Amino acid sequence: MEDTRLIENHQRLGQDFVEKETTTLNLGPTHPATHGVFQNILEMDGERIVKAESTVGYIHRAFEKIAERRPFYQVTPLTDRLNYCSAPINNTGWLMTVEKLLEIKIPKRVDYMRIIIMELARISDHLICNSVVGVDSGAYSGFLYVMQYRELIYEIYEEICGSRLTTNIGRVGGFERNFNETVFRKIDKFLKEYPKVLKEFEKLFNRNRIFIDRTVGCGPISAERALNYGFTGPNLRAAGVDYDVRVAHPYSSYEDIEFSVPVGSTGDSYDRFLVRNEEMWQSMSIIKQALELMKKEPEDVFHANAPKYYLPKKEDVYTKMEDLIWHFKIVMGEVDIPPGEVYHSVEGANGELGFYLISDGGRAAYRLHFRRPCFIYYQAYPELVQGALLSDAVICMSSLNLIAGEMDA
Amino acid sequence: MALTNDFIKLRLTEKFGEALSAFEEPYGLLTFTVSKELNLKILQFLFDDTELQFQFLTDLTAVHYPDNKGAELAVVYHLNSLKNNVKLRFKVYTDIKDPKVYTATSLYASANWMERETYDFFGVEFVGHPNLKRILNVDEMDYFPLRKEYPLEDQTRIDKDDDMFGRGGATVSGY
Repeated sequence: MEDTRLIENHQRLGQDFVEKETTTLNLGPTHPATHGVFQNILEMDGERIVKAESTVGYIHRAFEKIAERRPFYQVTPLTDRLNYCSAPINNTGWLMTVEKLLEIKIPKRVDYMRIIIMELARISDHLICNSVVGVDSGAYSGFLYVMQYRELIYEIYEEICGSRLTTNIGRVGGFERNFNETVFRKIDKFLKEYPKVLKEFEKLFNRNRIFIDRTVGCGPISAERALNYGFTGPNLRAAGVDYDVRVAHPYSSYEDIEFSVPVGSTGDSYDRFLVRNEEMWQSMSIIKQALELMKKEPEDVFHANAPKYYLPKKEDVYTKMEDLIWHFKIVMGEVDIPPGEVYHSVEGANGELGFYLISDGGRAAYRLHFRRPCFIYYQAYPELVQGALLSDAVICMSSLNLIAGEMDA
Repeated sequence: MALTNDFIKLRLTEKFGEALSAFEEPYGLLTFTVSKELNLKILQFLFDDTELQFQFLTDLTAVHYPDNKGAELAVVYHLNSLKNNVKLRFKVYTDIKDPKVYTATSLYASANWMERETYDFFGVEFVGHPNLKRILNVDEMDYFPLRKEYPLEDQTRIDKDDDMFGRGGATVSGY
């Protein structure tokens, strides 16, 4: 009897006192659960979120302004730092924008090489995102398990361009050097080993009671709202819209490759997780097809024939007059850039990554704008978490794959 | 029938006539200019028209043309008709002294932050925006950094006056 009365007292106190006053909770900017530098000011009623407000811009680096002073090839390292989990997609997207402006025709083999690189990047991005959803829902082992396979991907990047995270991969017109034997060997190794791991990863999560309880119905969005909020990429597809830039506006010869676009239905965290997982399978199949298609192309082609824009070989710069001149002209921004306006978009790991480039014929862009998918869909976050529990807000955030670098540009 | 640029152009000129100008198709993307009072009407028309259905706002940003007196700021909309798989772009020019443009937030929730970003960097005031304040820059900032009068490097430095390297005073359009 006494116990019941105690509970009643407690509840009454709750109704009179707690519900009138809400608590303000800062989730971020340096909270471990945000996985990046951005802030959510949550108005909490106990464990429930009454209202959320997002603040971004903590690592804004004014890339758009910097790009107005830099020759095009110096902008590539800036794009690395947008979504740094899949830098090669950003690099390639930017290079393709420039190539569109300069009207450079890219050989098929280079297209396929780029597809391989971009799909590897997509896998590494999705792998991080999905395993981090696991971490945030209390399953740490999946994260540790797949992490070493991201390492394999980074080793492939390293073999191609020399760096791992901020890759600065490729040149206007193609790649700086051809894929060597080791690259192919490492890709094969990855393609051989990763499916088993991904399967195991799916076994750990997909039908896991706890994981399902934590993610199903967490942060759902309808297709209509998602479109209105400008969602793209896996987050939009999880809501049931099959928009994929690779299919809708094929670039880099994606039209030569067969793959399916996985879609979800409810747009909740679980669907986003499943869509990303399935996309990893699709990416592996794309890489295999691209490797096959590459074999049909001449082996020594790794860049377009565009001497005015493609940096000459370093050895030749030291030994040949013509190459030295071109090297100097390209590096100093003395080559002719046609004036024009280009919008080019690629399917980044988070969605439609667009580059809006205006050239006035000068050495640098007159204006460059990045359409950053993260920045656009993050504004839906308050709507997604309203009324949810604090722990749901954390999972919802990590399943949206918010990358602060991309958001703030 | 696939939706062609010519058809969109015809449809728009039928409805709005003289208000649209500078039709172009750079790299296959239909581009035109709209007078600034009409931006919302155009967006609404493109959104509602059963054949066009441009219901996805891909991108919204601005460009500063300091030499274009009386119409220095251009607000650029990129729209996508997912149903027809067609994109288009249109621009709205506004005077920098009175940079008021109607907000698109009533049609697209995604326009909210994109317009805030545009305001933050260019000072375009979106009339009717629910929460028009700075987003990426600090709230205390009292200028709009992507306008062309703000050069990237500190112009008082004298150790870096080499025009060859794009530094020096020779910036765009005489600033």
